[in-house]
Amino acid sequence: MNKITNNKAWFLVLPVFFIVAISAIIPLMTVVNYSVQDIFGPDNRFFVGTEWFKQVLDDSRLHEALLRQIGYTFSVLLIEIPLGICIALTLPRKGWGVSACMVLLALPLLIPWNVVGTIWQIFGRADIGLGGYVLNMLGVDYNYTQSSVDAWLTVLVMDVWHWTSLVVLLCYAGLRSIPDAYYQAAKIDGASRWAVFRFIQLPKMQSVLVIGVLLRFMDSFMIYTEPFVLTGGGPGNATTFLSQYLTRMAVGQFDLGPAAAFSLIYFLIILLVCWVFYTVVMNAGQREEH
Amino acid sequence: MARIDLKNLAHSYFPDPRGDDDYALRRMEHVWEDGGAYALLGPSGCGKTTLLNIISGLLTPSHGQVLFDGKDVTGLAPEQRNIAQVFQFPVIYDTMTVFDNLAFPLRNRGIAETQVKSRVHEIAGMLDLTGKLKQKARGLGADEKQTISLGRGLVRDDVSAILFDEPLTVIDPHLKWVLRRKLKEIHNKLRPTMVYVTHDQIEALTFADKVVVMYGGKVVQLGTPQELFENPAHTFVGYFIGSPGMNFMPCNIDAGAAWVDGQRIALSDTQMTALGKATGKLELGIRPEFVRLEGETAVVGDDGIPVNIVKVEDLGQFKIATTRFGNAELKVKVGEDQQISGQNGILRFPQQWTKIYADSQLVA
Repeated sequence: MNKITNNKAWFLVLPVFFIVAISAIIPLMTVVNYSVQDIFGPDNRFFVGTEWFKQVLDDSRLHEALLRQIGYTFSVLLIEIPLGICIALTLPRKGWGVSACMVLLALPLLIPWNVVGTIWQIFGRADIGLGGYVLNMLGVDYNYTQSSVDAWLTVLVMDVWHWTSLVVLLCYAGLRSIPDAYYQAAKIDGASRWAVFRFIQLPKMQSVLVIGVLLRFMDSFMIYTEPFVLTGGGPGNATTFLSQYLTRMAVGQFDLGPAAAFSLIYFLIILLVCWVFYTVVMNAGQREEH
Repeated sequence: MARIDLKNLAHSYFPDPRGDDDYALRRMEHVWEDGGAYALLGPSGCGKTTLLNIISGLLTPSHGQVLFDGKDVTGLAPEQRNIAQVFQFPVIYDTMTVFDNLAFPLRNRGIAETQVKSRVHEIAGMLDLTGKLKQKARGLGADEKQTISLGRGLVRDDVSAILFDEPLTVIDPHLKWVLRRKLKEIHNKLRPTMVYVTHDQIEALTFADKVVVMYGGKVVQLGTPQELFENPAHTFVGYFIGSPGMNFMPCNIDAGAAWVDGQRIALSDTQMTALGKATGKLELGIRPEFVRLEGETAVVGDDGIPVNIVKVEDLGQFKIATTRFGNAELKVKVGEDQQISGQNGILRFPQQWTKIYADSQLVA
């Protein structure tokens, strides 16, 4: 078979290239630009090479924030993915209950992020917030403005409340695509409930779960607005995640050089993790086929 | 292996069915013999899948009972009935190998691994899957996936019945033929009770010992392929089985004969006796294979009807002539070597193959 080559086709890609350049590549390059210079004023700048990178990598507070971030993101994934699957499995498959559940599940997703923070800020207060008040009534000494454990848990619960719906909706879509014949065949084959989940439902949900895990990983790894509104990163540094620390560095202290270097490292971490995860999962699928 | 009794069975998908039209399955009473190969044949929406699902237990009938070997299983779930079923579209367990797929129904029932192994290999051998046993099922083509589904249906040797719901729909024509032969072979060897749903008459007639023809939620005839062909009990059977289908013409009975458009078609005395009580809309039916067409020069005689020949289609092994007299139109199957010339001919209706139907039911 002769392959027809026509290099003029490349011109058709140009519009996309321009859009991506303006929206992503050029802004990213300015960050690269900042990360290798020490800038005092528009006419007063020095090239410093990798100095900011070295400084940032040696920053012990950054290490703490990174560890906190990893712990947080893992907790989010460990709770939201299994919980989302469980809820999706128990949702009704037909009738009016479907629409009712969909609306209820979509509600948290429709709320702006800073409003979510505000809701939980008020909800968790011991004096006027329902959640905080009830907890204290029950004898739990709960105060997210003083106890770092309480603050960390509040941010975690808030994220679970906010985003589990997304996982549920994705899984539900995956489950709905399974034809009835699969369940009937499994019944006739004498499969247990667990076997139905393990050999029918889970494989059929695999692709949506990959999307779900990636989205929740990226999103929780970059979380900023909600903890900013809820705890402002405190008490102490208990809920200061990477974004918070970065913002403090760039906007609070105006250390543009180190902040830019840190941004690049941050970006690379997310890119790397997503790429590794995606490649591993997809390769696992590929290997099974051959 | 079991005998299946359908006792006073009917099903409606509505909670309180009113008229006959609310029933997906009209009241029926049948006994299907142990070790028989039955085909449920009928057009889409005639209730054949409903009937199959009632036998398998996926559906509980709203009326009546299903008995396996005399034991009432109406209330039992599919896994308690000990049946196997193969569906229209392939159902395979993606993440398992072909071997594990075939072994799945056995392992779920706690059968010893050595026995599982020998049984799976035996079935894989029959279905030409031996070379693929170690592969993951996910990457296989639709044909192979459906073959695995068939294999899972056949792998247990202690089932009461094996049910097939149009299993060869997705298979390409050549393999279809091979697999049908395989099923027939397996049936002859192991004699399980098999029920096979299809809308393809060739499939039904080649696979089954007994064909159950369904139409509008009713079983209109249960018989051997030969009975269905020679003696259709319902006009639908005549029309649905055979290609082209049976000819039907409105008629009335007078003076010891049937009259179609003013032409006399003689009937036998036994037919006339049976027709004595018949009421309703009368139709005369005859298969294109049995009506005889002669050239216009033949003697008209007592039983000949002069006709126009409207068109002749040559299908290679035989010809189909469309003939007309009055408003009646008849197709006639004519041997390849018989010459048809001219616009006119003479039709003869052998008494043995001339059937009279009242309100679509065979009366004589």
